[in-house]
This record gives sequence, structure tokens and C-alpha cells, in this order.
Amino acid sequence: MLAVVQFPGSNDDRDMRFALKGVLGAETELVWHKRSELSSGTTAVVCPGGFSYGDYLRCGAMAKFSPIMAAVRRFAEAGGPVLGVCNGFQVLCEAELLPGVLVRNHHLHFVCDFVHVRVERAAPPFTSRARAGDVLRLPIKHGEGAYFAEAEVLARLERNGQVLVRYCEADGTPTAAANPNGSLAGVAGVTNEAGNVFGLMPHPEHAVEAAIGGVDGLAILGSLVDAVRGARGRR
Amino acid sequence: MTDPRVDLDLAREHGLSDADYARILEILGRTPTFPELGIFSVMWSEHCSYKSSKKYLERLPTRAEHVLHGPGANAGVVAIGEGLAVAFKMESHNHPSFIEPRQGAATGVGGILRDVFTMGARPLASLDSLRFGPIEDPRHRYLLHGVVDGIGGYGNPVGVATVGGETSFHECYRGNILVNAFNLGIIEADAVFLATAAGVGNPVIYVGSKTGRDGIHGASLLASAEFDDASEAKRPTVQVGDPFTEKCLIEACLELMATDAIVGIQDMGAAGLTCSSFEMASNAGTGIELDLDRVPQRETGMTSYELLLSESQERMLLVARVGQEGRVREIFERWDLDVVVVGTVTDDGRMRIRHGGAVVVDIPVDPVAKSAPVLDRPLREPADLRERQKLDLAAVAPEQEPGAALEALLDSPNLGSKAWLYRQYDQLVQGDTVIGPGGDAALVRVKRMDGTPTDMGIALAVDCNPRWCWLDPYAGAVAAVAEAARNVACTGARPLALTNCLNFGNPEKPEIMWEFAEATRGLGDAALALGTPVVSGNVSFYNETSGRAIHPTPTIAVVGLLERWARHAVSHFPAAGLEVVLLGECREELGGSEWLALRRGLEAGTPPVVDLEHERRLTGLLGEGVRRGWIRSAHDVADGGLAVALAECAFTGPLWIGAEIALADTIRPDALLFGESTGRVIAATAEPEALLALAREGGVPARHIGRTGGSHLVIGPPQGEPWIRASLERLHGLWARAIPRRLEEG
Repeated sequence: MLAVVQFPGSNDDRDMRFALKGVLGAETELVWHKRSELSSGTTAVVCPGGFSYGDYLRCGAMAKFSPIMAAVRRFAEAGGPVLGVCNGFQVLCEAELLPGVLVRNHHLHFVCDFVHVRVERAAPPFTSRARAGDVLRLPIKHGEGAYFAEAEVLARLERNGQVLVRYCEADGTPTAAANPNGSLAGVAGVTNEAGNVFGLMPHPEHAVEAAIGGVDGLAILGSLVDAVRGARGRR
Repeated sequence: MTDPRVDLDLAREHGLSDADYARILEILGRTPTFPELGIFSVMWSEHCSYKSSKKYLERLPTRAEHVLHGPGANAGVVAIGEGLAVAFKMESHNHPSFIEPRQGAATGVGGILRDVFTMGARPLASLDSLRFGPIEDPRHRYLLHGVVDGIGGYGNPVGVATVGGETSFHECYRGNILVNAFNLGIIEADAVFLATAAGVGNPVIYVGSKTGRDGIHGASLLASAEFDDASEAKRPTVQVGDPFTEKCLIEACLELMATDAIVGIQDMGAAGLTCSSFEMASNAGTGIELDLDRVPQRETGMTSYELLLSESQERMLLVARVGQEGRVREIFERWDLDVVVVGTVTDDGRMRIRHGGAVVVDIPVDPVAKSAPVLDRPLREPADLRERQKLDLAAVAPEQEPGAALEALLDSPNLGSKAWLYRQYDQLVQGDTVIGPGGDAALVRVKRMDGTPTDMGIALAVDCNPRWCWLDPYAGAVAAVAEAARNVACTGARPLALTNCLNFGNPEKPEIMWEFAEATRGLGDAALALGTPVVSGNVSFYNETSGRAIHPTPTIAVVGLLERWARHAVSHFPAAGLEVVLLGECREELGGSEWLALRRGLEAGTPPVVDLEHERRLTGLLGEGVRRGWIRSAHDVADGGLAVALAECAFTGPLWIGAEIALADTIRPDALLFGESTGRVIAATAEPEALLALAREGGVPARHIGRTGGSHLVIGPPQGEPWIRASLERLHGLWARAIPRRLEEG
């Protein structure tokens, strides 16, 4: 059972459930943020996009105090896969389950568009359906998506292969022009050191149907579903 | 604080006429209290009562078999099949946006969303129609930034995709911009909620945000009077939006509506608690007792008057069944929203409001809600109308450089790409956007309320050509309906119904009222002919500053149904090697065109003729052609004419695909290239013979004009030198940079 956390102000929560359940056929439940436990049998947790608590303070800053986040932290520390998309990525950074932080786009505008990202490493549980070097076409929609980390942290992430996806041109070349928000080193998504927590700004859940946004998002969500298929789950 | 003494002078300050005040005294049999005066002034304001427009709106066609709820409800509701319906409406937020662009536009979006989910619908897609003064004016660049920021800043957090719209710039909006917001939601056809306070003894419950002092008299003083130099001082009458609360309110209301706990619900929009409670009681033929002490307040010391007239956002009033209060409370508390029983439904048809232990309002409901004055204002054709319409084409120098003219048109703010705006809006949330902004119409897939996808798609488009409406309001309104319907049909969808936002100047001027009468007559004739009834709408008068009115701007949004969304046409050329077919006829019509304005500095003439019978046949042909797979792309020929439309076909898709076009018409070449004759569509097809035969059968003039392919757009006569040979890279560059370039140059 995949758990999609519902914060007040989440707005891609139902879309994520549709992608995981409606398209990929995986058992999925929406989990209200005021719960203090995940359901038994939870095999993965997804923090979806949106504007949790309105993002009036700092994106994700309030959501980390939601009761469910203590359970998500325990789940992650026990090695369970946790995916954060957009606002979910911001929440995981604020909760320090992921390194770095997302700041205001360098052009100061919200941006909604399709971008390309290069898969830097193909491995379970998030990118096993891709090959290293694959280019995915995914939508972004955020105002605060510029990835930032201290230089030594960024160097460590690169060394450890924690940068899982990077903004690039359609041919896979990472360029400044292909970086839509001023992220350092064109980072679009990173994992924690153990590799079981992954956050990214692009929205794989909005690229799961050929005629609506394409199917490149399945490379990520399909990998997660593959990884937990047959897993016994815990909480 | 004691209330001021109520007399005729105070009534006049409230925007009431001497006759209005006399009626009030007659209804009450006494002098009204100060809060009562406030109630009459907002309920009888132009904005809430439609007193100047009612006579004309009543003549519009509003019924059809598929129309479940027409004007009068919060939003129009139209059945689409499989037990589902769409609820939609458009509304203006012009004056607030001019004074405070970010909050004005944001609360415009918030208000229209509430109109839709109040009916029980889940909001799915938004459009907007924006009009600014010249982009060269720094104030209007500031307004553009603010309005876009407000639309995105509200629409993005609430999780509703902005899928389309229109934006233009003109001198006439320098003193009065227009911000018209549209929303459409999906609803179960048999689970529509109405604003009714039925069931004597039922509790009246307030949910949502707390009440503050913002927006007092937004409807009566701000929206129902002209602007002048002192209007800046009205900034406090603009409300402040909180999209996070709205998002929680949407979810909580939809959750509540899935139970049987409530009988009626109304949002507190214009005139806040007053308007919502009076409408609900009036619709049910009941009365209400309200206790203002119980209203959640975010400021201390608010007076009865302020509590009743506040337009604080994100508030709803609902009437629950007796004994269901607990269920309502449980849902709203889970979403951390205020939920308080503030009153009871009574059987005496009176509104009785207490505050601080005293009765501060005690007035009959219906005379306030139903018998607002209806005016029959004088009409007069503008003295200069004939002058406006004068155009001797023979005296207009022919275009010597068609290539340069095409470039100039694509590089103009009105025809240039609007991506700078819509890239700042979430176009994708809810995962149903098949065609987003930038095409003729948007197309969204329909999901059931439980999230199960259906095969159905809804196409939406919003249109108006204000210059045409200024030259001839009747013809302009007809053209707006025809164009919106044609745009919707270009996806393959069948136009179902329309909503509108009628933006005009001061109705107290006979010339403005004449424009309004003519435009609504055109709207009605076109809606009837095209089978798209008017199911909701909004009138915005007093769009003028210091005596200068905007061009009449009856913005029209048409909604259409595609039974199988997977089979649709796009507006750009989808591939090379397709045949290009032109549907409709090119006439020598340059009156009111972009070319004439831009290249000859003339805004004159009569707008192109609209043949509604042809439009109806064309719409049918597009639907059938797409359904059979014979039309791969279809693009409406509009502003800038055929050359601009062909360029858009070539470079607005993911791949740039040129075309070689040969036109055998014998009219003057600039009219052929840049004239804006209506009823034309450029179609790309792999089956030209079949499509031409279908068009013949359907009585639509059609001919093969060329073939797609290459990296250039070439347009010319069948023999000889082409008029235009342009690289798509160059054309696209100009078009894409038209707006960003001007914002950067500052």
C-alpha cells in the first residue's frame, strides 16, 4: 500500500493517487496529515505537490510539524521509500530528510512548463525503469524551485551519486538555458545518503498518459511501484 | 460608536436616489436604521440588482433541454451526459484590479471559484479575459504584472488549472482595465445545490474565514460608480484573498455536499452576509433570524453595519437540516475552518438581525431582494457613430510590403504570444488538460466526482473584439459569440452554451445604454442562432474614468462538448505533407482590422459581416470532420487575418511546420492577407477529397489552398511572385518576444 500524504493545501494529491492507482494499478491511500501513524502495510510514502498551509511562511516549513511527519520520519529511517514531488520535495528538505533547500526561482516568477531532465543514475527504488543518461520530458510548476546547498554538501551529493535528475536540453546536455529556475548545478532532484528518500521539482504524476503530458513520469512512479510490489510493508 | 442619523442626504451618499429612499420609507413605514440603509444600498446597487440591465437580460435566450440551471443561480449548469453536468460562469473584477491589481485579480478568481463550487461542482478549469491600456505606459506594465501575479497567486494554490484566456491592450482601457475571470466545474447532474433557506427551524451556519472590515461597499460604491482621480482612496474597499483558506473551503464543502446534511448554501460575495442571507431566504420564501454577535470576527469593535456589509473573502452561509449541525461542525473543524450557527430559518418572511442584544434590522425579505427598482434608461445612438463607421477603402493605400506587415502584426502586443502570462499559471493541476493555453480553445478531460476518468472532454474559449463592438455593438457582440463558438468547434467539440461578462461605461449616459442595448440584442440573436443559450453572466457598468468610457466589451465564453476527447483537432499543423483546406470565404473586409489600426493608424469602418447560418453549418462540419478523422488541425482565422492565422498554424506546435499557400482570390491582396472576414477556419487534412465533399454536403464553401512542410511560410497567388516568403524562425522569434521585449525595455 502506497501512502499519499494529504496536507491542507496539497493539490496534486488526487493526481498522484490517480497516477499510482488509476494508471499503474498500485494500491494507494490518501493519508490525512493529522494522523500520527501510517497504515500497517504501508510500502512507500509520497508527499505530493501543492501549497501546504498556503506556503505563507516558507514552502514546507509548516507541514514538517504535521503529526504524520513524525511517522514519515520513522518510516524513512527504517529504510522505507519516501518520494516528495514539488511541495513534497520542499517539505522533505524542511524536515531535513533531504539535504539542501528550495529557494525562489532566479527570475522571481512562478513557472509552468515542460522541461527535460537527465536521469543521472538508474537504480531502485526511484529510477530502475530508466537507464542512466535517459532524458525525461516532465512538467514543472513552481515559484520556489531553485535548489541550493552549501558547496561542500553539493560536492558530496555529486560524489555519492545523490543527484538523481538534472535539468538538460532535449538531447541531454545540461545547459544554463535548460535550467528553468536557477538551481545549483541544474539539480532537479536529489536523494538522501541512503538512497531511500527522493525529492524532485518536476511532476511525474502529470506525465502518465500519452495524450495528456506524455508518459515519461512513469519512469519514476513505475520504478517506485516496481520496488514495493511484493514488499511486505511496515509503518 | 453610535450610528449616524439616517436621512435623505445619507441615503444619497450611499448611492440611493431620492425615489429609492422614498420607496424604502414606504416599505418600512418608518425611517430605516443605519444598518438597514446599508442593506438597501447594496441590495439595490447596480452591481447587485442589475437595475439598468435587467430589461435587456430578460430577452436573452436562456433555455434548452440540456440547460439544468440558467441565470439566477450562482452558475449556469448544463448536462453533458453520463449523469454529469458542467457548472460555469464568468465575472468581472475590473475596478478592484485597477486600484489594487494583485488583490483585485486574486479575489476575482476566488469569487468565481466560489460561485462554481457553491453549486456542488468541483472547479476544473479557469479562463481569463484581460484588457489593459497601452503596454508602453509604465502604469499598465505595473497593472499587467500585478494582475498576472494575482491570478496565479490565487489560482495556483487552490489547485485549479488556468487553461486559456485572452489579453489585449488599447488606449480605451488606460483609465479602466478589465479583469474577467471564468471558471467551470464538474458536477453530478442530480446533486446540484442551490441558495435556499428552506425548512423553518433549520440552523443557518457560517463557515470559512472570519469577518473583517475589508471590502465594505465594494459592490455599491466601487463597482457601481465611475472612477475619478480620488478613486485611489477607495483602495480599502478592495478585499484581500486567502487561497489557502479557499482550497480548504472547497474540499470541506464538497465533502459536506456528499452527505445529506444541508438544504442550501450560498457564498458571501458582493455585499457579504447581507446579500447571501437575503437571497437564500427570498429563494425559499422564508425569513431568517441572525445573531451578529456569533459571527466570527477578526477585528474588535465591528459595528452591525460593518458586519453586514463586509466583503471579506472565503466565507459561506449554509442552511443545514435540524440535527445535522454536528456533522457540519465535524467536517469544517477537521479542515481548521470556522463553523458557527449564526441563525435560524423562520416562517415570517422577515430578516431580523440582532447585535449586542438589540434588534438592529427588521425588514421584509422580498421587497429588498425581489423588488429592487428596474430602470428603463434612455437610449441614444452615439452622435459620432456614423463617423466611426466611415471608411473609404479606395482611399486606403494598399500594403506595399506584406512581409513587413506580417512581421509587424506578429510583433504587436495584441497578436504576440501570451506565454509570458500563462507560464505563470498552473495549467496542469488535476491532470486533465489535453489542450492548454495558446490554441483556439482549451480542452479538458472530464473525470467523475470520484476521480474516475470518462471519455468526455470539455472545450472552452473566451472572446471579444472590443474595436468591432465600438464600431457596431450589435455586430461586435454577434461576432464575439460566433468566434468563441468557432474556436470551441475547432477542437471538434459541439458548442453547448455560453456565459458572458458585459463590460460597459456609465449606463446613466444614453449613448452607453444604447451600446448595451445593441450588444445584448446581438448576443441574443447569435446565441439563439448557434443554439448556445446564455446560462449565466455578469454585467459591469461604470467602466469609465473622468468621463471617458471603455469600448463596449461584451466578453463571451462558450463551452462545448466532445463526446470522445481522445479524438480532437489541435490548432497547429501536426505534420508535414498534409493538405491545407480553407473553410469559409475571404471578402474585402478591412474595417476594424488590426492591419488597418497598426499599418494605417485607422480605427474605422464597419466590422466584418457575420453569417450566423454559415457559422452554424461550419461548426457542424468541424465536429463531423474531426469525428471522422479528416480534420487533423483546425485554426480559426481572427485578428490579423489569414496570414497571421497561417503563421500561427506553422509555429505554435511542438514542431515548426511551414506551408506553401496559393490563393486565387481577386480581392485586393492586403484584404486577402490581413482582412478579418469571419466564418473562416484553416484545416489540415490527409483526406482533402473527403473533407471537401463533406463541406459541399454541409453547404460550407471550402477549397484546397496548399500543403504543409518546410521551414518557411510562403503565401502568394497561384502564379507569379509570392506576397510573403518568411522563415518560421524569424516569425516565431518576433511573435514570442512581443510582450517580454516590451516589459524588459521598460
